[in-house]
Amino acid sequence: MNNLEQRKFIVISSFVVIAIIFLMRLFYIQVIDDSYVSSADNQALRFVTKYPARGIVYDRNGEILVLNQAAYDLMVVPVLVGEVDTTSICSLLEIEKDAFIERMEQARNFSRYRASIFKKQMTSEEYSRVAERLYQFTGFYGQKRSLRIYPDSIAAHVLGYIGEVNQGHLDKDTFYRSGDFVGISGIERQYETALRGHRGREVLMVDVHNTVQGKYEDGALDVEAKAGENLILSLDLQIQKYGEQLMQNKKGSIVAIEPKTGEVLCLISSPTYDPNLLVGVKRASNYKLLSENDSLDPLFNRALMAKYPPGSIFKIIQSLIGLQDGIISENTGITCNKALVGCHNHPSAQNLRQAIQMSCNPYYHQVFKRLINRGEAKSYFEDSALGLDRWEKQVHRFGLGERLALDLPSLKSGSVPNVELYDRIYGERRWAFSTIYSLSIGQGELEVVPIQMANLAATIANRGYFIDPHLIKEPLSTQSAITWKKHNTGIDDVHFTPIVDAMQWVVDKPGGTARRARIDSIKVCGKTGTAENPHGKDHSVFIAFAPKDDPKIAIAVYVENSGFGGTWAAPISSLIIEKYLNGTIADTAKENRIFRADLISMEDED
Amino acid sequence: MRTRQSVFQDIDWIMVGVYLFLVAFGWMSIYAATYDEAHRAVNDMTQNHGKQMLWIGLSLVIAAAILLFDHRFFETFAYGIYGVSIALLLGVLIVGSEIKGAQSWFVLGPVSFQPSEIAKYGTALALAKYLSQYGARFKERKVLLTSLAIIFFPAALIMLQPDVGSVLVFSTLLIVLYRQGLSGWWFVVALIAVFLFVMALFMKQWTLQLFGDNEIGGTWIFLGALTLIVGAFYYQFRKQKGSLPIFSGGLVAMIGYYLSVDYLFDHLLKPHHQNRINELLGIVSDPLGAGYNVHQSKIAIGSGGFSGKGFLQGTQTKFHFVPEQSTDFIFCTVGEEWGFLGTLVLISAFIFLLGRIIWSSENQRSEFTRNYGYAAAAILFIHFTINIGMAIGLAPVIGIPLPFFSYGGSSLWSFTILLFTFIKLDSERKFVLR
Ligand SMILES: [Zn+2]
Repeated sequence: MNNLEQRKFIVISSFVVIAIIFLMRLFYIQVIDDSYVSSADNQALRFVTKYPARGIVYDRNGEILVLNQAAYDLMVVPVLVGEVDTTSICSLLEIEKDAFIERMEQARNFSRYRASIFKKQMTSEEYSRVAERLYQFTGFYGQKRSLRIYPDSIAAHVLGYIGEVNQGHLDKDTFYRSGDFVGISGIERQYETALRGHRGREVLMVDVHNTVQGKYEDGALDVEAKAGENLILSLDLQIQKYGEQLMQNKKGSIVAIEPKTGEVLCLISSPTYDPNLLVGVKRASNYKLLSENDSLDPLFNRALMAKYPPGSIFKIIQSLIGLQDGIISENTGITCNKALVGCHNHPSAQNLRQAIQMSCNPYYHQVFKRLINRGEAKSYFEDSALGLDRWEKQVHRFGLGERLALDLPSLKSGSVPNVELYDRIYGERRWAFSTIYSLSIGQGELEVVPIQMANLAATIANRGYFIDPHLIKEPLSTQSAITWKKHNTGIDDVHFTPIVDAMQWVVDKPGGTARRARIDSIKVCGKTGTAENPHGKDHSVFIAFAPKDDPKIAIAVYVENSGFGGTWAAPISSLIIEKYLNGTIADTAKENRIFRADLISMEDED
Repeated sequence: MRTRQSVFQDIDWIMVGVYLFLVAFGWMSIYAATYDEAHRAVNDMTQNHGKQMLWIGLSLVIAAAILLFDHRFFETFAYGIYGVSIALLLGVLIVGSEIKGAQSWFVLGPVSFQPSEIAKYGTALALAKYLSQYGARFKERKVLLTSLAIIFFPAALIMLQPDVGSVLVFSTLLIVLYRQGLSGWWFVVALIAVFLFVMALFMKQWTLQLFGDNEIGGTWIFLGALTLIVGAFYYQFRKQKGSLPIFSGGLVAMIGYYLSVDYLFDHLLKPHHQNRINELLGIVSDPLGAGYNVHQSKIAIGSGGFSGKGFLQGTQTKFHFVPEQSTDFIFCTVGEEWGFLGTLVLISAFIFLLGRIIWSSENQRSEFTRNYGYAAAAILFIHFTINIGMAIGLAPVIGIPLPFFSYGGSSLWSFTILLFTFIKLDSERKFVLR
């Protein structure tokens, strides 16, 4: 018992030990370490976020598509704002007195002790003027941000834009803080994690006069910002720019692909807009103007999202499937029987080459009938269903009816009808070839988006395969290398010989539908099409690749409401091809005709 | 046996004096923390300092009432108060209100209180009573287990709220068992456990580069060193009987515990507790997040210097850079306005009070009073340690108040009751038969 009584000494000693530890610590931070004490009477920590520079985007030749420009947010810590000369600060910031009061109120509602943004994204010039007099206004300081700038004002639909994060971003990814920028569309969104970099931080001590007294704990808590990764795109700035000039005053799109690699050389949707409009403080109002007040819908990316029937171009796919399945040979001739389906006046095709060159509708009516009805089932209906099912799978292998693996968001898949769809429309097996024959000439329930047609041109150029079309040229260091897959169509390369010959005739031979696409120095292969438009004048379509024997570029051009494909789409394609392969245009008359054409107001006159 | 002239005759007025000093100093600090030009009046009821004035007044009434009670009341109703507090703890889990993530409050109109405050008091009384009945026979296993059950049953209920801070408070009641004969080795074991826990969190961050690309993880280096040290101790004691199983068993237990810390840390603690511990150990540093309060608190205290900026002159305090300034971080205000001298006086006052409670506990004839004194001192001590420790970055941020000092009626009253019950029991020491 006596022994246990002595334990009071141990208990009291442990109290004293704790007290001594505390007092030693306090003596250190209060007396020895004088970093917290300064002549100024207040020390507040200021957490300055160091925003990383967003990655720069280059084209395939190292020319800059997007870079950054400095901007400044004016920050305010409400509790530090003492008696303020409202008139002079309002004139300095060029705002109304009411606006000043309202913004101060908002800042106070957020937090009296923490900084919030008082004025967003001032330009360097604006800020440098303000900064000179900022010492007069305690509680205010500038924070550096960076905004995007597009030197050539091009490729808005590819590059996309950035904007402030919303609640959805904040909830989904803890990386983001309120006020951060995030890629909202295009490449900016697709490669957000590579482009954004890593935020840094600086912890400073400031006194009540808003002067920085130094780094808190000698910068031990500071973190350097890490700039985002630069991207090299497969786009060719010159071609992109030239294509946008050609498409001025026209609605439509141009997509060009390098067939061997799948690299997208240009991707144009017209009308377009100046991407510099969607930068900084004017973004919201400009966005509203573009989305609501412009009937031409410049924000809509036609190249990826506009769905059209493929029209006559689809005859190439029909021919290839027919050849592969042995349904026809290159020497098959079929009479142009206008009773089956309408056609223009021309001599009947003696062989496949002529059928393509003259784009004969009844010819393909018959080819498609042979593809669908092969007598594999007793019932005519069942036979059609079997045939359609096989055909649909073959068409899918050309990249139709499914989303291509393009590295851009908002890509549409188009559609290829299947048995299920017709069963739903007409009732189970209550349809047959006669119901669906318009598919034979690329109409009916078929829908494609322009990039799929460019991809088809690349597939033909490659004689049977395509590589996933893509926009990133050099692999990123921060992400595991993206591999672009090779897709075989299942068509043997020998079957492409007659098709490619015929496509050359389309451009070169007298009577070809795309004589306007001829370039003296380059063998161009192409196919015209007309996408039927129930709402007005048909759309002009042309796909092509060149040179014939060693294709370097494959292209699809859509010009809306301009009628026949040979008139506008074909010459535009040839100009892009010539510019890309030769660097100059020999026939300036052809070029001027396109520059002068205003197909939008012409449409209004109709 | 003597007769006495007055109820107040044998009261330890020095202890009462220290209490009044702490309460007054606390109120001044709250006033300094909430004071601004618009709210100067000391009794301004819209401000914390005004309300605290009222709470202090009521505390004095409660203190006087306790002194007028019959001293046998506390021993007689010890189990009753304990039972009521258990019932309240169960009740709060069902109908309580959630404040700051823990379902630990009863809210009745304008009044709100935490049953865990009453439970601390009830447990101190019940433990004191139970141990005074069995006094000398503490060696019996049954007595030890019952004592542990009395302490940890309410603690477990509080864990469900969940409120880690209060659970820590209950653990310190083990000091009472220590006084009754619990081996001091348990505290050594507990210290080793804390040490291993901290080392496990540290060492996994660290690797040693050997011969080019060959790396050795800090975990393996530490465990190797631990094995060598234990081996060396075993070598010292190798002649003693049974030392081999003790040392080898101990080593295996330590290594097993060490390796399971990661799992315990990730699964037993909530993310915000993990952050606070990581921040405290300097494993991660996030002055805007988990570390914000502590960094601001350190600046405020550090800026006070040796003699402080003076009453109402604390600018950190005035600008409210430290959150929870009148409750959990009240110590900052003392540090900033009164400097090292102020913190020295405050800490000395607390240690004086705690030491005096322990000292006079040993002078009691009643075992109940002695045990109760140890329990009260333990509860006050853990609040003092955690609260000041977190303000100066030595303890994780656990929101518990500084006794008699922090703003808040319910905590002030419960500490007042805790202390004045001891003062009352102590005043009766000459009348209690052994
Ligand atoms: Zn025909």
